[in-house]
Amino acid sequence: MSLDTIWVYAEAAEGEVSSTTLELLTKARELADTVACVYAGDADDIAETVGAYGAETVYGVDIDDALAGVPVAAAIAEAVEAGDGPDAVLLGTTYDGRDVASRLSVKLDKTVISNCVDLEVADDALVCTAAIFGGATDIKTKFASEGPYIAIVRPKSFAAEAADGDEADTEDLDIPDLGAAAGAKVTDRFVEESDGPKLDEAAVVVAGGRGLGESEKFTMVVDLAKALGGAAGASRAIVDAGWVPYSQQVGQTGKVVKPDVYIACGISGATQHLVGMKGSKNIIAINKDPEAPIFGIADLGVIGDVHKVMPLLLEALANR
Amino acid sequence: MCRRAHVLGLDQVVKLSSTMHAMKVVVCVKQIPDPADPGALDPETRTLKRDVKLILDESDSYGVEMALQLVEAAGEGEVTLVSMAPNNERSGLATALAMGAASATLVSDPALVGTDALTTAKILAATIKDQGADLVIAGSESSDGYTGTVPEQIAAVLDLPSVTAAKSVEVDGSNILVKRQTDAGYDSIICPMPAVISVTAGVVEPRYPSFKGIMAAKSKPVEEKLAADLGFEEDQVGWSGSGQEIVEVAEAPTREAGDIIEDDGEAHVKIVEFLESLKVI
Repeated sequence: MSLDTIWVYAEAAEGEVSSTTLELLTKARELADTVACVYAGDADDIAETVGAYGAETVYGVDIDDALAGVPVAAAIAEAVEAGDGPDAVLLGTTYDGRDVASRLSVKLDKTVISNCVDLEVADDALVCTAAIFGGATDIKTKFASEGPYIAIVRPKSFAAEAADGDEADTEDLDIPDLGAAAGAKVTDRFVEESDGPKLDEAAVVVAGGRGLGESEKFTMVVDLAKALGGAAGASRAIVDAGWVPYSQQVGQTGKVVKPDVYIACGISGATQHLVGMKGSKNIIAINKDPEAPIFGIADLGVIGDVHKVMPLLLEALANR
Repeated sequence: MCRRAHVLGLDQVVKLSSTMHAMKVVVCVKQIPDPADPGALDPETRTLKRDVKLILDESDSYGVEMALQLVEAAGEGEVTLVSMAPNNERSGLATALAMGAASATLVSDPALVGTDALTTAKILAATIKDQGADLVIAGSESSDGYTGTVPEQIAAVLDLPSVTAAKSVEVDGSNILVKRQTDAGYDSIICPMPAVISVTAGVVEPRYPSFKGIMAAKSKPVEEKLAADLGFEEDQVGWSGSGQEIVEVAEAPTREAGDIIEDDGEAHVKIVEFLESLKVI
């Protein structure tokens, strides 16, 4: 059983289509006969890549310097009202993905299902699985009214697989008059420089939490990540405390990572954190508290003081 | 024009003395079960069990603090709260009032059990629309449901511009200047008021309510409303008004715990061996 048409909200940074977009396209191919993308930018820029993953068409929306939410939602809603819309729109759990989904839900007066980690079609309706309570419970929710269904899907829910598709056709969607709602404009963009692999793509992630005691100790996490050719991450507690920039946060709020090895240093393993890393292939945890929930999912758990274990570990690695 | 900027707190709120005017800020707050004890789903209603004591969602305390700082920077104005709950729970509101908000509107109605994010946004928007707010502030996502759509849906219902994931906000005349979190860093945004913004956690340091604040909060007005008072029919809210239906609740596949060792001064050797076995080193 499948839907006729799914549109995937495609995102790209510096010309590169996001991995979440490719994951959604891969799943959409399985769920629908026809898959297309909506892209806030020049459709030609991504037509080849998303075509390879099964998108037949890229609908471009020229948002100029606006935030994506208002114009993209208005353009999709216009297509739906003209009878040219999809049965479902899939978006990633990203800043712009959420904005577009939210604006679209009000435009179409349709519910949004968020935090999906799996999707299926049953009785011609889309059924979404979301993980709650830190991933301990799966909850399946069906869209109860007619589509278009709007689902926001967490990154890394599906493995991206190319389909050898041809370059997608491109078409521009018209944006209706947006009025006051489109008032927010981007005046500048800042990129935080970081060296080494990206957090959500690294094979090894070393993450630190409150157990480090003070912000200076985060350098141990960075050094260990460097020694293993990996990326440094952080729990929400120390991001909120201002020790580490938000871009390094792993968890429900923050990045989802699935590295080969995840090393949690001084992280107790609040549900908020576990959601972002429990898909890691191997988990090593170092924590003083034997009751820390992180030990419940660790392949190797060390009950010990990060301030003692980490320096010795760094030294051992340096001497190899 | 001389723009004398004066920085408050963590560089988050800047007062431009040439552009001072009274700020009216409405903050959306949610009362949630303590995340340290997240509770469970009620098997019958398939909603979060709320018989535990509810607290102010920490994510919202940043919004309350941001609002208070903006009003303080403007020199005059006020912060009011809107919230929605299936019962008349007020303990979370009391915290925000003790921090310094002037009053609250609580849409409290048993009919609201099961209400989805879109209807939540419609109900909150209905309580906000006649308040004459310059700004509506919400947390980026709640710490219990993590839906993360309500602030932008409120903006859409009110047909206002919006900036989500704000990590800093300044008022500049009739505009706000916002640094908006992105995956790679942040974007600088200019947005005319009135507007809706959602703030990220950690954006400001929420103040602890003082004893005086806690005492004052007891006499601050909290207006309770039913969904019907806002013009909603019973079948428009709760499960019946929701466009979604829970079909299954199941335990997720669990991950087996592996070896747990106590550090005897040699644990690092075990870690090295484990990394070697995985061919990481």
